[in-house]
Amino acid sequence: MSISMNPDTMSPQPTQSHMPTARPVVTAAESAAQPTLAPSVKMKATNVDFYYGSFQALHGINLDFAANKVTALIGPSGCGKSTFLRNLNRINETLRDTRLEGDITLDGENILDKDVTEIRRRIGMVFQRPNPFPKSIFENIVYGPKINGMLRHGNAAEVVEQSLRRAALWDEVKDKLHESAYALSGGQQQRLCIARALAVNPEVLLLDEPCSALDPIATAKIEDLLFVLKQSCTIVIVTHSMQQAARVADSTGFFLLGKLIEHDKTDIIFKNPAKKETEDYITGRFG
Amino acid sequence: MTSRNARRNAVNNVMLSLTAVCAFLTVSTLFLILAYLVYNGGKSINPQFFTNLPVGQGETGGGIANAIVGSAEIVALASVFGLPVGFLAGVYLSEFSGKVLGFLIRYTADLLNGVPSIVIGIFAWALLVVPMHGYSTIAAGFALSLMLVPITARATEQFLQEVPRTMREGALALGASKWRSIATVIVPAARKGIMTGMILGVARISGETAPLLFTALGNQFWNSGLTQPTASLPVVIFNYATAPYEDWHRQAWAAGLVLLGLVLIANISARLIVSRGMSIPK
Repeated sequence: MSISMNPDTMSPQPTQSHMPTARPVVTAAESAAQPTLAPSVKMKATNVDFYYGSFQALHGINLDFAANKVTALIGPSGCGKSTFLRNLNRINETLRDTRLEGDITLDGENILDKDVTEIRRRIGMVFQRPNPFPKSIFENIVYGPKINGMLRHGNAAEVVEQSLRRAALWDEVKDKLHESAYALSGGQQQRLCIARALAVNPEVLLLDEPCSALDPIATAKIEDLLFVLKQSCTIVIVTHSMQQAARVADSTGFFLLGKLIEHDKTDIIFKNPAKKETEDYITGRFG
Repeated sequence: MTSRNARRNAVNNVMLSLTAVCAFLTVSTLFLILAYLVYNGGKSINPQFFTNLPVGQGETGGGIANAIVGSAEIVALASVFGLPVGFLAGVYLSEFSGKVLGFLIRYTADLLNGVPSIVIGIFAWALLVVPMHGYSTIAAGFALSLMLVPITARATEQFLQEVPRTMREGALALGASKWRSIATVIVPAARKGIMTGMILGVARISGETAPLLFTALGNQFWNSGLTQPTASLPVVIFNYATAPYEDWHRQAWAAGLVLLGLVLIANISARLIVSRGMSIPK
């Protein structure tokens, strides 16, 4: 079966079945033509297949990411959710012997046709474990703006403060900006990595299990942050924790064995999933 | 049962003692050498030894100033040729080479590392000394740089490989090009290790003698330019030690002490570099 991820085409089954039969069924094309009803699509994956060597890790993924929303990708280990996320900024290209098929667009333009450094500037990424550079807090933040030629004379301090404020870290580190980033706690390091990603003004922020190495308090801080950040970014978060997806995500996609089983509004996925596999996973029958 | 336990305990004790003795031998060798050098050469070490030229047989007060300077020149030349080439080769090996090419380069570097130094000497002699019609500091520096390149390349590769993949991805994910990420994040992260490897490599080649016999030859006086024969510490030790004079033997010991001292200083400073500054948590 084909899985379309546009929230409009995925509107819950009952709505359609209760429509008067005389009225023509609204097609995806028609509903997409009504921008007031549809949140605009920031990124779109079409028929994405991905291979590690001869192993096919992703099978025909179709998924739309609505602008200024948080989309969570859930599923058991090895289901391909991280692999899929890592294709959205083409970081998987740095691995040897991999192959991507299909289209991934950002604002309607295929990211595979564009300059990869520009794509990665526009689509930021935060990793599973905090990975600050062995430099000071200040240098970590200005790294991205510097290599992308975004620093104007004398605005480095401003960029650093702004980015750290956006990551809700400024108050904790403002007196030790020139100390090593490794002096921070794990949760602070992860927010530093978020600040570092925000410093280049990304339009999309990809988070690959950003809280898996953090304690619950640090996790809560990052989740709170996502609610604010989605006003300026489109956010995609891979998470192992269904509770986290339920807390932060506007829509949720469920992956299993390299396939996208289902994608819908988060409360529908958790309360009334269309697929049995999803329900089994959500209710803890496997995974 | 008890006899079996007794045998087990006996084997245990024997093996423990054996490994301890060997560990002690390893450590004590260095101190034995050092003590022997001090005992035999310590008397000859005085300020003049470092500032004077060698004197003829029978005279007193000779020094090895020209050999110290000559060695410094040779090693500096070898470093100028060898370190950048080895470093960049190591970067290529770690960051750019594919599986097959990487294996070939790595294996070749290890083979080059294993080529006996006397063969390196003959090679440099044929390549530079013969065409240039004379022994020279340049030829000696070239010979030693051939030995320094594979050491530096492998050390650089090894320490770059220890930089975690997540850090490379962190730089690339911010829009850095590959070269930019290497130059601004990966190499700085591995900087201390690479510098240590370089210092140890330089220390290692500074004691090489065989390549110098074919290239630097030796000189009783200050050398008169990079294209002329030059004195060097290892060759002075070799010449003095094989001469039939008591006084020269003492000077050979003293020169050995100086050489070992310099190598130890290099080693210890390498250690100090490693223990300072920011490090990457594993």
